[in-house]
Amino acid sequence: MDADTIRGALAGRLSAEGAHWLDETCREVADEPAVLAAAFPAAGRRCGRGPLDAAGPELAGWTVDDAARTMLLLALTWLDVVGETTRMYYGGDPAEKRAVLRALPVLDVGEHGVPLVLDALRSNDTRLVAAAMGPYAADRLDLESWRRGVLKCVYCGVPLANVADLHAKADDRLGRMLADFAAERRAAGRSVPADVRLVLDRLDQETRCASSTRIST
Amino acid sequence: MRIFDPHIHMSSRTTRDYQEMYEAGVRAVVEPAFWLGQPRSGLGSFVDYFDSLVGWEPFRAARFGVRHHCAVALNPKEANDPRCAGVVDLLPRYLAKDTVVAVGEVGYDFMTKEEDDAFARQLELAIEFDLPVLVHTPHRDKAAGTRRSLHVVRESGIAPERVIVDHLNELTVRMVLEAGCWAGFSIYPDTKMDETRMVRILQEYGLVRVLVNSAADWGDSDPLKTRRTGEAMLAAGFSADDVDQVLWRNPVACYGQSGRLELEEVPAAPDATFAGDSVLRGPRGVSRRGSGTGTARSSTSCRPARRPAAGRRAPVTRTAR
Repeated sequence: MDADTIRGALAGRLSAEGAHWLDETCREVADEPAVLAAAFPAAGRRCGRGPLDAAGPELAGWTVDDAARTMLLLALTWLDVVGETTRMYYGGDPAEKRAVLRALPVLDVGEHGVPLVLDALRSNDTRLVAAAMGPYAADRLDLESWRRGVLKCVYCGVPLANVADLHAKADDRLGRMLADFAAERRAAGRSVPADVRLVLDRLDQETRCASSTRIST
Repeated sequence: MRIFDPHIHMSSRTTRDYQEMYEAGVRAVVEPAFWLGQPRSGLGSFVDYFDSLVGWEPFRAARFGVRHHCAVALNPKEANDPRCAGVVDLLPRYLAKDTVVAVGEVGYDFMTKEEDDAFARQLELAIEFDLPVLVHTPHRDKAAGTRRSLHVVRESGIAPERVIVDHLNELTVRMVLEAGCWAGFSIYPDTKMDETRMVRILQEYGLVRVLVNSAADWGDSDPLKTRRTGEAMLAAGFSADDVDQVLWRNPVACYGQSGRLELEEVPAAPDATFAGDSVLRGPRGVSRRGSGTGTARSSTSCRPARRPAAGRRAPVTRTAR
C-alpha cells in the first residue's frame, strides 16, 4: 500500500468541489495543523462517504472519506504528523478513528501508531477492530498482541479477510488459540466460522508437511 | 408508522428497548446531552459521555436498525456546577462531528446567572456551527422560564425556526409557536404531557412546527410513547399522513436543517455483525426479524431503501399481523 495508490483511487471519486476543498485544506494543514480540528471531522461531508472502489485488494473496504482523511494526514509535516495523527485518533468519532487506523501504513509515524492500534483492539466497535488489523499491525505489533488481535476479530465476528498477512504470519500458537476458540464454540452448540476453520486447516497441513519432510530426511 | 424520536436518552436504555422501538416503527433518534441523574465530578466525565454519544451509542443503535444522532451541550443543571465550567470549551470539537445535529439541551433549570451565561454562549456556538439548538424548559416555574428562554433566543440573533423549545404544555405552547420556534412535547407515563392531552393540543394548534418525543431516560419513561401518540391521533380521527407529518416529516425537517441527518436504512454490513457477547447475544438477526412496522406505509427512508440481506432485517414494507 502506498500514498500514490490511495491518491489515484480517490481522484476519480471526488466532485470538483470536494477535490478543491481537499487540495486547499491539505495546503493549509501543512502550514497550520490546527486546521485539522474542524477539517478532519468534516471530510465525509465535504468529500463523500461512498466506497472508494479501488482496483487492488489492498484498499478493499475503503471509503472516500477514509482516503480523503489519509490525504489530510499525509499533508502534515514530519514535525506534526505523530502528534496530530494521535490527536485525530483519540478525538475522533468512529469514522475518523477508522481513517487514522487505515492511514497508518502510509504515514511517517514509526512505532507511534502502535498505541492507537491497541486502543482500537480494546474497543467493541467492529469497524475499528477490523481497521486495526491492517498492514500496519502486521508490521509493527509484537507477535503476541497481533495474535490476540486475530482472536478478537474472531470473537466479535470480524471476518479474517480484514487481517493483513494472516496466512504468512499465522503460527502454531495462533493455531492453538483458534483451536481452543473452536472447541469452546462447539461445546456451546454454536458453529465455528468458516474463515477460522480455513486457518486451522492450513496450519494443520503445514504441520503435516513439516513432519513428513522431517520423516523423509 | 415510521417514527423519528427527536429527543430520547438511549444511553440510559437497553438493547431490548432498541428492539421494541424498531418493531414499533422507530428508525431514527436524536439523543440530546443531559445529566446523569447525579452530578458529574469533572470534565473527563463529559468527554467520555460525548465520546459515547458520537461513538458507541450510534454503533449500538445501528445494530438494531435505528439511526442515532445526538445534540451536545452543557446542560442547564450542571451549568451551575463550577467543576463543569470548562465544558463549553470542549463543545467545538464535538459540534464538528457528522452525527451531531444540534446544540442541546441548553436552557434553564434554576434560572441563575451561570445558566444565563452558558445558554447565551451555546446559542453563539449554534450560530457559529450553523446548527439547530434544543432548549429545555424548566420543570418548576415553566411558563416564566419559557418566556425568559424565548427572550434569550431572540437576543442571540439565531433564526427562530432553528430553535426547538421542548417539554411544553398547554400553558407554554402558544408563545413558542408565536415566536416562530419549534414546539416540542415530551410524552411521559405520568408527568409533563400524555398522549391524550397531546392530541387535544394538535387539534387546537395544528401540526406545523410540532415535535413529539418520548424523552425516555433513566427515569419513569417509555420509549414507545411516540408510537402511542400516533395511535391516539389515529383514534381521534387524524389521518395516517397527519401522523407521518408529526412523527417523521416534522423532526426530519427540523433537524435536517443541520445538513447532517443520515436516514438511509442501516445497511446490513457483513463485516459489522456482532457475535460473541458485545451487543447481540445469540444467533445473528433474531432481534430484527419478523417485525412489521404497523401500517403498509412504513417506508423508513426519504431515499429508496437498499434491500436488506436475507434474514438480517425485517422487511419493512410488510404489513403487520
